[in-house]
Amino acid sequence: MTTENKGKGTSRRSFLTGAAAMGAGAVTATVAKGAGPDPLITEKQAWAMATGDGVDATPYGLPIRFESDVVRRNVEWLTADTISSINFTPIHALDGTITPQGCAFERHHSGAIELAKEDYRLMINGLVDTPLVFSYADLERFPRVTRTYFCECAANTGMEWAGAQLNGAQFTHGMIHNMEYTGVTLRTLLEEAGLGAAGDLADKWVYVEGADASSNGRSIPMEKALDDVLVAFKANGEALRKEHGYPVRLVVPGWEGNMWVKWLRRIEVTDMAVEGREETSKYTDVLEDGTARKWTWVMDAKSVITSPSPQSPMGHGPGPLVISGLAWSGHGQITRVDVSKDGGITWETARLGKQGDTKALTRFYLDTEWDGSDMLLQSRAIDETGYVQPTKEQLREKRGENSVYHNNCIQTWYVNAQGIAENVEVS
Amino acid sequence: MSKSPNLFIPVAGGIALVLGVAYGVTSRGYGSDEIATLETRVQQAATQASSAAEKAAAEAARALELEQVVAEIQAAAATRVAGGSFVEPVPDRDDRYGLGRPAMEQEIAAWDVDVLPDGRGLPVGSGDVWTGEEVFVDQCAACHGDFAEGVDNWPVLAGGFDTLANEDPVKTVGSYWPYLSTVWDYVHRSMPFGAAGTLTADETYAITAYILYSNYLVEDDFVLSNETFADVEMPNADGFIIDDRPEAEYAEWSGEPCMENCKDEVEITMRSVFLVETPPEGGSESVMNPATIEGLPSFTAAGPSFVTEAAVQAEEEAAAPAVQEVAAVDDAAALIEAGEKVFRKCSACHDIGDGAKNKVGPHLTGIMGRTMGAVDGFKYSNGFVDANAEGKVWTAESMAAFLEKPKDFMKGTRMAFAGLRKEEDVTAINAYLASFGD
Repeated sequence: MTTENKGKGTSRRSFLTGAAAMGAGAVTATVAKGAGPDPLITEKQAWAMATGDGVDATPYGLPIRFESDVVRRNVEWLTADTISSINFTPIHALDGTITPQGCAFERHHSGAIELAKEDYRLMINGLVDTPLVFSYADLERFPRVTRTYFCECAANTGMEWAGAQLNGAQFTHGMIHNMEYTGVTLRTLLEEAGLGAAGDLADKWVYVEGADASSNGRSIPMEKALDDVLVAFKANGEALRKEHGYPVRLVVPGWEGNMWVKWLRRIEVTDMAVEGREETSKYTDVLEDGTARKWTWVMDAKSVITSPSPQSPMGHGPGPLVISGLAWSGHGQITRVDVSKDGGITWETARLGKQGDTKALTRFYLDTEWDGSDMLLQSRAIDETGYVQPTKEQLREKRGENSVYHNNCIQTWYVNAQGIAENVEVS
Repeated sequence: MSKSPNLFIPVAGGIALVLGVAYGVTSRGYGSDEIATLETRVQQAATQASSAAEKAAAEAARALELEQVVAEIQAAAATRVAGGSFVEPVPDRDDRYGLGRPAMEQEIAAWDVDVLPDGRGLPVGSGDVWTGEEVFVDQCAACHGDFAEGVDNWPVLAGGFDTLANEDPVKTVGSYWPYLSTVWDYVHRSMPFGAAGTLTADETYAITAYILYSNYLVEDDFVLSNETFADVEMPNADGFIIDDRPEAEYAEWSGEPCMENCKDEVEITMRSVFLVETPPEGGSESVMNPATIEGLPSFTAAGPSFVTEAAVQAEEEAAAPAVQEVAAVDDAAALIEAGEKVFRKCSACHDIGDGAKNKVGPHLTGIMGRTMGAVDGFKYSNGFVDANAEGKVWTAESMAAFLEKPKDFMKGTRMAFAGLRKEEDVTAINAYLASFGD
C-alpha cells in the first residue's frame, strides 16, 4: 500500500520564465509565523497512520517523485543529433561533492553503447615489450585503488564566451561530475606489458581509444600516463553506467573530459601524438589572431555558485542565507574560495564545507545575512598553485572570443529583491 | 574460577615436584644410588633453570623488537597524518603479474588502424577526386552536404578560409585541420555516422581526395594514395601553438587577489539571451529573454543603486507612447539575428561585413540596392554579367525570388545552393543582408 499525499511534482518551469516566478516559493518557504496552529502538526496525516512501502518495493532505488525535476537535461539546438551530443548535470539542485551517476552529464560521439563484461577486451600494444590482451576479469586481479576526481568537459561554459547565454547553472556549468572511482592505475598495466621497448620515456605518448563507433582516440603524454591516470571500472561504489563507459573507462585526473575515453579498448604506446580528430579539429582553442592552442589538457581552477542561481531561486526573505557552490582545479586542491555580492567590488572568503581531494570538487558555503536588496553574486576559486580564477574580461583580453573550450571565467548571477536569479554579464 | 584449568595444572605440578624434592632431602637417609639420582635431578633442575633464563632473555629481546616495530608503525602513521593521508600507494612489483595474454598479430592488425601525421599506418591504396565525389554523395552528403558545406548543425568540411580570426571561426578541413592524416584516419575509422569502419582503404583515399578538392587544395585530376599523401600541404599546418597558458596566463593570474574596493562601480551589461524552461518530461526549451538591462541597478561599494518607486512611475508614464517603437526595434533586431543564423548556410561561400572578401561567391556587403553582378574582382556567370548590363538591382523582392530557386531566377548561375524553402528564412536573410549597408 502506498501513502499518497499532497506534494506536487516540483516543476520549476515557472521560476524560469521570469515574472510568473513570484508566488512559487511555497516549496521552500519558511514556516509561517503567527498564522495559527499548523494543520500539518495538529491534524493526523495519512502517512502517520497508514503504512508505507514494504522493502523491495524498488529493488534499485530511485529518487522520490518530488525530486523528479533533478535530472540531467540537454539543449537540443546545441547539436545536430542527440547521438553525438551532450547534456548537463543538475548542479543547481545538488549539494556535497559527489555526483550521483544517474544525473551525471553524458557526452557521446556516437551514442552510449552496450558492452558486456564478457565481451570486453583491453589491448595494450605499440612500443611495449609484450603486447597484451586483458579480459575484464584480468583487470580485477591487479592491485586496485579508489580515488575521487572531477570530470569536466572542455566545452563547459563555452557558450558564455559570447556573453550571458543560457539561464541556469545547469546549462552554464553542468558539463561536470565528480565521482569516486575504483580501478587499476594505467602505470600498473603499462608496466605489465613492459616499457623497455619504449626506450626513453620522456618523448613517448600513450594513445587511448574506445570500443564505440567514434572510438574517440586521444594522445596522452607518457609522463601523465604514469602519474595518476586510472583504468576504472567502478564509480561511487557501483559499476559504471552504460552512458559513462561500462564496463571500463579511462580517468585522467584534472584533464579535459574528452580524454576520459569510455568503453576503453586499446592503449598504444607511440613515439608521437596521433593528432586525431579530437585533438586537432576539436578540443583546440582559437585565439584572437586565428592561431590556435593545442594540447590544452589541464582544466584550470574554476567555481560557480549553485544556490542561489537561476534554477535555484531564494525561497525566503531577508535574514540568514546560505550561498553555496562548487570549486575545482585540474592543478590540485582548492585552497580558498571568495564570494562577492556586489559584482566583484567586495569579496568575502567562504567556508570550505568539505576539503576536496586533489583534482576533485570542493563544496563551499558563505553563511550570510541577506538584507533584501539586489545582489550580483560571484565566486572566485584559488588553488594550491596560487592561481586565481580569472574574470571574463581577463580571459577575453588574453584569448579573444573565438574559443569554444576552457572558459573558466568568474560567473555572475543577478539576484533581485524577490530572490530570483539570472545569468548576467557585468562591467 | 577459570573455565580453562589447563594453565593451572602445570603450575601446580611444578610446585608439587619442588616440594617433593625438598621433603626427600631432609627426611631420608641416602644410598649412593639415591645420591646419583639426586645429582641427576639437580643437573636437570640446573638445565631447566638456564633454559628458563634463556627463554626469558629471548622474550625480553622479542619485546624490545616489538616495541621498535610499534614505534616504527607509530612514526609512519604520524608521517601520514602530517601528510594528510593514510593511503598507501599500489605495491611495487619487480616481476610481472602474469595476467592477460600476448596479443596476436591478427588482433593487433584488426584494432591498431591509427594513422600518424607522418603517414605511418596508411595502407596501400589510392582514390581520385571524381570517385571521391560519388562515394561522398552516397555516404557523406546527407549530413555534410554535396559540397561538404554541412547540413543543419553537422560539420562543415570545406571553405571557411580566412575566418579563424573572426568571432565565429569556420573550422573546416581546409581552413583549420593541420594534418591530412587526421582526415584519413577519422573517415576510415569513425565514419560514416552509423556505419563506422565500413569504408575500404581506396574509398577512404577517394573521399579524402574529394574533401581536398572541395577546399581547392588539389585539382580535379588529383589522385590521393599512400605515395602522394606526403605531397599535400595543409594550409593551416603552422596555425597551432602548444599550450602556453603557464607562461601567458598563470603567473599574471596568481597571488593574493583584491578583497575590497576592487572596482568603483559595476553595471549589468548583458542579461541572459535565453530563458530555459525545464519541463517535467525532461529536456529543456530555450526561449528568447525579452527583458532588457533597462532599470537594473548598478553597484558600488555602498550597495546597489535603487530606482525609487516614484521615479519608476514617472519613467513608465513618460515611456508609455514609446513602447511600441521599442518593440519594433526589438523585432527588427530579432529578425536580423535570425537572418544571421540562416546566413550560416551561405557563409561557406560568401563573406559579409567590414573588409569582406570574395570567396567562392562574391562578398555581400552592401548588396541590397546595388546593381547585380557589380562586385569588383569577382568573375560572374554570364547571367549576372547580362543583368549588370541591364542595370538590374538587388531588392528585397529580387533577392527573395533568387533565393527561392536560384537556378530558375538566374539561368547559368554557378551558385550551387539549392535555395531557401521557408519564407521566414528569406525575410530574415533579407533583413540581415540589408543590415550591412555600404
